[in-house]
Amino acid sequence: MRNAWLVPGIPFFSFLIVGLFIRPLSEKAAGWVATAALFVSAFFAYSIAWDYFSHFGIGHEGPALVPWAFEWLRYQDHLTATIGTLIDPISILLMVVVTTVSALVHLYSIGYMAGDDGYGRYFTFLNLFSFSMLGLVVAPNIVQMFVCWELVGVSSFLLIGYYYRKPSAVAAGKKAFIVTRFADLGFLIGILILGYFGIEAFPHIGAKIQQEMAGLSSIPIQAIDFAFINHPATAHYILTTAGTVLGLSTLAVACILIFMGCAGKSAMFPLHIWLPDAMEGPTPVSALIHAATMVVAGVYLVARLFPSFAAAGTPLDVVAFIGTFTCAFAAIIACTQDDIKRVLAFSTLSQLGYMMLALGVATAVSPLGHTASMFHLFTHAFFKALLFLAAGALIHGVHSNEIWDMGGLRKKLPVTHLTFLAATLAIAGVPPLSGFFSKDEILRAAVENHHPIVFGVALFVAGLTAFYMFRIYFISFWGDARSEKAEHAHEAPAVMLIPLIALALLAIFAGFVPMGEYLGTSHGGHHGIHWNIAIPATLAGLIGIALSAFMYTGTRERYVAVARALGGMYTVVKNKFYVDEVYLFVTKNIIFHYIARPIAWFDRHIVDGAINLYAWLTGALGRGLKPLQTGQVQTYSAWWISGAVFFIILLWMKLS
Amino acid sequence: MNELMTLTPGLYHWLLLTLLLFSVGLYGLLTRRNAVGVLLSTELMLNSAALNFVIFNRYMAPGFVDGSIMAIFIIAVAAAEVVVAMAIFVALLKLKKTADVTLMNELRG
Repeated sequence: MRNAWLVPGIPFFSFLIVGLFIRPLSEKAAGWVATAALFVSAFFAYSIAWDYFSHFGIGHEGPALVPWAFEWLRYQDHLTATIGTLIDPISILLMVVVTTVSALVHLYSIGYMAGDDGYGRYFTFLNLFSFSMLGLVVAPNIVQMFVCWELVGVSSFLLIGYYYRKPSAVAAGKKAFIVTRFADLGFLIGILILGYFGIEAFPHIGAKIQQEMAGLSSIPIQAIDFAFINHPATAHYILTTAGTVLGLSTLAVACILIFMGCAGKSAMFPLHIWLPDAMEGPTPVSALIHAATMVVAGVYLVARLFPSFAAAGTPLDVVAFIGTFTCAFAAIIACTQDDIKRVLAFSTLSQLGYMMLALGVATAVSPLGHTASMFHLFTHAFFKALLFLAAGALIHGVHSNEIWDMGGLRKKLPVTHLTFLAATLAIAGVPPLSGFFSKDEILRAAVENHHPIVFGVALFVAGLTAFYMFRIYFISFWGDARSEKAEHAHEAPAVMLIPLIALALLAIFAGFVPMGEYLGTSHGGHHGIHWNIAIPATLAGLIGIALSAFMYTGTRERYVAVARALGGMYTVVKNKFYVDEVYLFVTKNIIFHYIARPIAWFDRHIVDGAINLYAWLTGALGRGLKPLQTGQVQTYSAWWISGAVFFIILLWMKLS
Repeated sequence: MNELMTLTPGLYHWLLLTLLLFSVGLYGLLTRRNAVGVLLSTELMLNSAALNFVIFNRYMAPGFVDGSIMAIFIIAVAAAEVVVAMAIFVALLKLKKTADVTLMNELRG
């Protein structure tokens, strides 16, 4: 396990080597080297998982090891930022998911991006992203987490704006970066609060935690390590000594601020606006970054800090509320969008909402939701990456993102069709595919922790998910070709189909992984299927599928009639509830107009005015003294001699 | 005044001479319009200063030669200065066809 650093390390070195040396020589080689690096990294991730679980066994909570770490920034004693690798069940889970999906997406990209200029640049950025994401996953302290958090943000920015000649892609990249950066402000403040109280608490409880951690970590524990922050004694210290802010405990405030960062990265309402626009990037990027890995970083961070969140209490309610709301909100919008990638983007939002609400309903004593969330993260990564990659194959074949340009593609793209269908069934929660099991867990978590409203919404969204996913499935694969391009669609090359098939197998069978056993929470795991939950959930999915089949496989009149019947509501949903417009209104008409403009006036008139006044005074003084400078050398002499005489007289008077 | 009322010239007589010489130079410096005249006047002032060194050497520290050496330095420096100044004046004369210092006022503010 000491070689855990290789998992993020290999993509990092590959990023440097590919970016600096291979890319200028051969774009093609750059793609293959970058891909090979991720496969090697995936191999190491699997070997670590194997070592860990064969050593510590399953069925109970495994220890959190830091087998490799070094000191990076020393601020003071007990406050040293380290770079290291944290090995515990959830980081292993994420390592496996990220390396697997990333390797398959790299492989797929070789086919998808073929012939694109900037091919080498693309793979360089993709490697940078993989390194940053893996660095985030294995972060043993919150500072490394934050640094890698920003690194994934910047690689996301670079890849969204990959087609930098397209103004919409550039705008989308900027939007993603600004929105997530704004959210990260909250994250940073949260870190500072936790760090401040952590360093204050350290002298009281540090030695005790150090003792408990003996043998688990290769270097002494610091106040910003997750092991310290998450320790019950730390939470207790902060809760008892730090006082309250606005009726909330300081710990709760810190957790909510950190959750703000999570909401930005995981695109929770109201910070979700960047994710649909992020679809401007190449499709494999959407699959990797904006579906399977980076956007789950927020969920992962909440899961990582779960003991703190649970100790503070209130933040989990916020998480549950925001998660539930986003889950339903995004699913409703997804029903009306026409761009296949946008539908998938809103579907991602909705599924992220699922993961968040699962975390939100969990408590310290009944952490089933935690397991369920991680399980859903695991299965979702596979089926959503598959959906995106299959959508990429469709776009590759049809050269259009619009579902209404497709149609009748099931015979022309048979492999794509079958894999897409597998993923669609998985996300719709049809047993025995992976989505069914993880969704079942989430619903069970909501019921068992007595959140009937959350359960109701989640159940409704499960039906809605099936509806909108089958909507795009039926529109693009069934019926007749709706455009010239769809008539001449062709299947993607083998290098793209292999990742599709691999992910399809994962999407189908990932649900059989006994996640509860691995994550080791005694309440977790699906010990059999809970029929009282599985049956309504499956029914909801089937109703959604049936409704979708009814509306979109028949004549055009059916869905047009529904849209007309809904009238204004349909328009509002179609325009994504006008959230973007509200943001524009707030920024342009309120912030720019009432805040930025007075500040600009102050700057131009008061600040600049003071500077200009000084400049004018100096000039006036110069103009006033100008006549003294006659240019006559004899006048100067006269002045000089007068001065000399004056001082001689002065000296003489002084001496006598 | 008693020191001046003797027939044998002493320190004060010599100092009076250098004072006169300096004043004549100063007057010339301030009033001459010809550049060469101005330069001549400064030479008078320099020489009065050099003479002062010699006089004080002779009367105050007769056993030493420091003042005389200083005078020789002044003469050497003055000679070099004259060379530079005359070169400038020749250049100016070529440029402006005049040596009148009152007309040379390019640096007027």
